[in-house]
Amino acid sequence: MTTAAVPMRERENYLNQEYGIKSWLLTTDHKRIALLYLLSITFFFFIGGFFALLIRLELLTPAGDLVQADTYNKLFTMHGQVMVFFFLIPAVPAVLGNFLIPIMIGAKDLAFPRVNLLSWYIFILGSALMLYTILNGGVDTGWTFYTPLSTEFLTTNVVAAAMAIFVVGFSSILTGLNFIVTIHRLRAPGMTWSRLPLFVWANYATSIIFVLGTPVLAISLALVGLERMFHLGIFDPRLGGDPLLFQHLFWFYSHPAVYVMILPGMGVVSEIVACFSHKRLFGYRFMALALIAIAVLGFLVWAHHMFVAGISLYAALIFSFFSYMVAIPSAIKVFNWTATLYKGSISYTTPMLYAFGFIGLFTMGGMTGLFVAALGVDVHVTDTYFIIAHFHYIMVGGMVMAYLGGMHFWWPKISGRMYPEGWGKLAALLIFIGFNLTFFPQFILGYMGMPRRYWQYSPEFQVLNVLSTAGASILAVGYLLPMVYFLWSMRYGKIADDNPWGAAGLEWMTTSPPTTSNFDEIPTVTWEAYNYDQLTEVPVERQ
Amino acid sequence: MSDSSPTLAAHQPGLQHHFATMEQQTDASVMGMWVFLVTEIMFFGGMFVGYMIYRYMYYGPWLEGSQHMDFWWGTINTAVLLCSSLTMALGVRASQLGQRRMLVTFLLITILFGLGFLGIKSIEYHGHWVDGQFPGANFRFSGPNPAQVELFFSFYWAMTGFHALHVLIGIGLVTYVVYRSWKGAYGPDYHNPVENVGLYWHFVDIVWIYLYPLLYLISHKHLSG
Amino acid sequence: MFEHFPFWPARASTSAGQVDALFIFLLLLCGLVCLAIFALIIVFALRYRRRAGHQAEHIEGSNALELTWTVVPGCIFLCIFVWGAYIYFQERTPPEGAADVYTVAKQWMWKFQHEEGQREINELHVPVGRDVRMIMTSQDAIHSFFVPAFRIKQDVLPGRYTTAWFHATKPGTYHLFCAEYCGTMHSGMIGDIVVMEPAQYQAWLSGGGSTLPLAATGEKLFSELGCSTCHRSDMQGRGPNLVGLFGKPVLLEDGRTMIADENYLRECIQNPTLRIPKGYKPIMPTFQGLVSDEQLNALVAYIKSLKQSQPKQAAGSSVAAASQQPPATQVH
Ligand code: HEA
Ligand code: HEA
Ligand code: HEC
Ligand code: CUA
Ligand SMILES: [Cu+2]
Repeated sequence: MTTAAVPMRERENYLNQEYGIKSWLLTTDHKRIALLYLLSITFFFFIGGFFALLIRLELLTPAGDLVQADTYNKLFTMHGQVMVFFFLIPAVPAVLGNFLIPIMIGAKDLAFPRVNLLSWYIFILGSALMLYTILNGGVDTGWTFYTPLSTEFLTTNVVAAAMAIFVVGFSSILTGLNFIVTIHRLRAPGMTWSRLPLFVWANYATSIIFVLGTPVLAISLALVGLERMFHLGIFDPRLGGDPLLFQHLFWFYSHPAVYVMILPGMGVVSEIVACFSHKRLFGYRFMALALIAIAVLGFLVWAHHMFVAGISLYAALIFSFFSYMVAIPSAIKVFNWTATLYKGSISYTTPMLYAFGFIGLFTMGGMTGLFVAALGVDVHVTDTYFIIAHFHYIMVGGMVMAYLGGMHFWWPKISGRMYPEGWGKLAALLIFIGFNLTFFPQFILGYMGMPRRYWQYSPEFQVLNVLSTAGASILAVGYLLPMVYFLWSMRYGKIADDNPWGAAGLEWMTTSPPTTSNFDEIPTVTWEAYNYDQLTEVPVERQ
Repeated sequence: MSDSSPTLAAHQPGLQHHFATMEQQTDASVMGMWVFLVTEIMFFGGMFVGYMIYRYMYYGPWLEGSQHMDFWWGTINTAVLLCSSLTMALGVRASQLGQRRMLVTFLLITILFGLGFLGIKSIEYHGHWVDGQFPGANFRFSGPNPAQVELFFSFYWAMTGFHALHVLIGIGLVTYVVYRSWKGAYGPDYHNPVENVGLYWHFVDIVWIYLYPLLYLISHKHLSG
Repeated sequence: MFEHFPFWPARASTSAGQVDALFIFLLLLCGLVCLAIFALIIVFALRYRRRAGHQAEHIEGSNALELTWTVVPGCIFLCIFVWGAYIYFQERTPPEGAADVYTVAKQWMWKFQHEEGQREINELHVPVGRDVRMIMTSQDAIHSFFVPAFRIKQDVLPGRYTTAWFHATKPGTYHLFCAEYCGTMHSGMIGDIVVMEPAQYQAWLSGGGSTLPLAATGEKLFSELGCSTCHRSDMQGRGPNLVGLFGKPVLLEDGRTMIADENYLRECIQNPTLRIPKGYKPIMPTFQGLVSDEQLNALVAYIKSLKQSQPKQAAGSSVAAASQQPPATQVH
């Protein structure tokens, strides 16, 4: 299967088939669109990260001294909005999913290539609005836009920010729609549902959420916008409007959206763990089922964000109960990954290090989810740094790790070059250490009672905050490294084999990088996913 | 790149390169449309849920608000929209049978009905506006619970407004399809875009079928009974 | 446990101990499970590392194992759920006879008023060993009443009352934070909860000069605003008799039955025609915008004090007599 001897430049592939700006901006090739997304979200990651660093610097001392109170409020608002809507939600689906799903199921493209391009342009339109918001003085609603604060009491660019997120929402909707139809209709002959790689299953589950949840967010933000612009008083308490209605609508989307920010990562990690254990995933069917179960149950728990908001006692009981139900499939996944290692042949490449990091940090973040789903405990820790730590453990410790792991894993396929392994391991280690130093102290801070979104705080919280800020600076270095060496490797990296890891999956059976139509001939699939028993291992030295 | 450029199939109805068969292509696009309609249901669903909750909480003001709906315009508009759905369906049938002229005619009538709907809606809107029934500074209402009645009107404007926006988009889409059919793009083997636009049109119609009773009917009946 | 551990919040209410107990249980449980998982991962990773002469063994899966790690965590989760719900239930159910503190939150301060009439800003004095119930509302955005040492938190909403209660157990001064983001000075919307020995507290109460009890203020308002013209305890008024109303179910014109709690009273005064008790006409004028949140609190406190058996218990008899006189200003 390895035809490594032929230098890359001589083979035609999707990168060198055509050059020039137009060939990129008008492309309908899912792989090129994936790269367009990659550029866009990386840009936003650094913007969001920049805000995060300013947040951390402000919190170095208890007094509000570095920036003004209003500025601080804008910083965490835009940090949250940028990171969630412009980085993490599109990260794995729109970049890796876009690139890989058609190849993994043996298709030449997504079902609607032009819609795919359109969704990127919609993303760019939303980005433009977000950048306008940022440059025009920012917005300070908190990423949650709670009414009536957002509708009546703030004087910042609320409408622009709501519009920005409204617009990128449609980009997600179209991506999800495209994935669903593609996975249903474009599978290669023999690629049955039970042979799909888990990465595809994960993106399928994600797409369900995109399609069902995003429109509800869209309408709630649209109503906030209308309320500000035309005084349509849907949420206005002075008209008898219920301020909790907005929270219900917002979380109806945004809780499922947190699973959008983890399911694709679970898909990535499944691929990596199987590959570097050189073994079929333990309990494939349960893994696939668990993904769908999370997506579906995820729609039944939204009000667990509102336990102290004034909902009725019985509502709280129900939503707490379902929060525990949705944790069960997550537990299944963690146990199956662990079991996959058993009697495997495990190599510690960079992607695998990220996968280990993911499993560990996701487990910790998820378990603190069990703390906050317990009604009695949540009353104390909600809206404190405990929550901040809970979700950064999952979203940064989990999902960003999975995303980076996936980028390393498929980098040879995407770019045709290998990244430098030594640097890769160093960065993974730095990120792991920096991450824990940043966010572990926040659990303690939270239980001690430090509220979130606080520009100034009482002095007894300072020690832990200093630790956290120190960690964030290590984290920043850790994140800059891959940026640098990925760019470096595009030119100087070792040329990659078609299948450098000895991995299973159709994407490894085509060339690196693939040609524009992915396959010379559409393969007919006659084997199960993760048929590692039929593949030779790549010895450690050669990786 | 060239083989998948946006201009592909612009003149020749045909198979796009990444589909194996025409049937697969049609299946995919119909499924895509249905999935899209699901997202639309969720979009309007948010407002319907809000309406229901408030209707329960503020029953009186909701009754009061309904009295200010123009029953006759609403009913006529319902008829107009239903007729447009009929002509739309006839148009789709014409495209399946390959009757280009019929197709164009029916779609044009559909557009007219759509415009008629919007026209009537704007007459209503104008009336509400003049009567001070637009929420905000100009809102005027002299009965009890003006605030909650204003809330009702907020819903009225938001729900019918988004619906009208959808009708407008629908008219745009139908216009595009008319243009393409005029050019002869659709025939018995390829008329998928007509079908999809038809689905969208019917969906918009159905949304109105829910809006009409909720806003105009329920409470009228209640009062007379 | 943890009394002197620097990274643990003070524990100064009855529910604090309960929350801590569940929290520590969760720490131990999750800590153990985490350690077990990490240990397995490390052991497997080392033991089965890729090396010459070692091959992966291909294992499909195991239904028995899957069942185990679905059911066992599921049962554990259920236990946590029940425990958490139990604590929440107690936190949400104020005991009979708690002392009410009426709270109005606004950007960015806390205003408290005791039943006895004392007003405080950003500072709340309470005695040890008494159940205290906070009846809270906001004048603008959503705020949240958070006292880490008591482990309680409750959002404060505009346009309605939300409640929370606590039973302080240890004298001291504790943080009060606003925990719901509410605009520029959210982080400045803080204060102190001063828990005092009962004797000290009594001294503090009487130290503030003579203040009218809240219910008495309410009674005065009740006649000043003209409420008493329609609501008379002799059943002769055009409005319903309010004596003994509080806490009872009320049958409404539209067939619904509502409990006359604080929120009901508040709504009746602000939007009287939305809830019409059976048998009455919607003639009561709205008082929205005419009474401030503080005045509303006083009215509610007064109506609550109108107990069936001794209707004039809360207020002095002189004030009660005043309510029989025609009001100075007609409201409608
Ligand atoms: C990717 C994102 C993501 C994910 C996956 C999750 C997963 C979970 N979350 Fe989290 N959450 C957020 C992102 C996420 N969350 C965000 C962003 C917020 C705050 C938003 C804001 O207010 O700004 C939040 C807030 C939040 C709250 C509200 C807190 C508050 O504001 O008061 C709650 C409450 O129930 C909660 C619960 C859970 C639960 C039960 C899970 C579960 O799905 C976790 C399941 C996983 C596990 C449990 C680990 C693996 C399990 C095992 C190894 C089993 C063995 C264990 C035992 C037997 C003990 N989350
Ligand atoms: C979804 C993804 C996501 C990600 C990836 C992150 C990443 C990080 N977050 Fe964020 N965070 C949120 C989502 C996310 N966060 C959300 C939703 C909130 C809630 C907002 C709200 O309350 O409304 C929040 C809130 C939040 C707070 C609480 C603020 C408050 O409540 O007052 C803090 C505080 O420490 C924080 C810190 C960090 C840090 C240190 C990182 C680090 O991981 C970031 C590391 C990255 C970098 C450091 C970038 C490195 C780049 C450079 C160094 C280059 C410099 C830049 C330029 C030259 C342009 N975050
Ligand atoms: C014009 C006469 C009138 C005045 C003045 C008036 N009320 Fe009323 N009130 C009524 C009537 C009639 C009802 C029953 C119908 C309704 O709810 O509108 C009522 C109902 C109520 C209720 C609900 C009682 C129940 O049994 O459910 C409360 C509480 C109340 N009023 C308090 C007040 C207060 C406080 C004031 C003064 C600030 C006030 N009212 C002034 C006539 C009046
Ligand atoms: Cu008040 Cu935050
Ligand atoms: Cu959630």
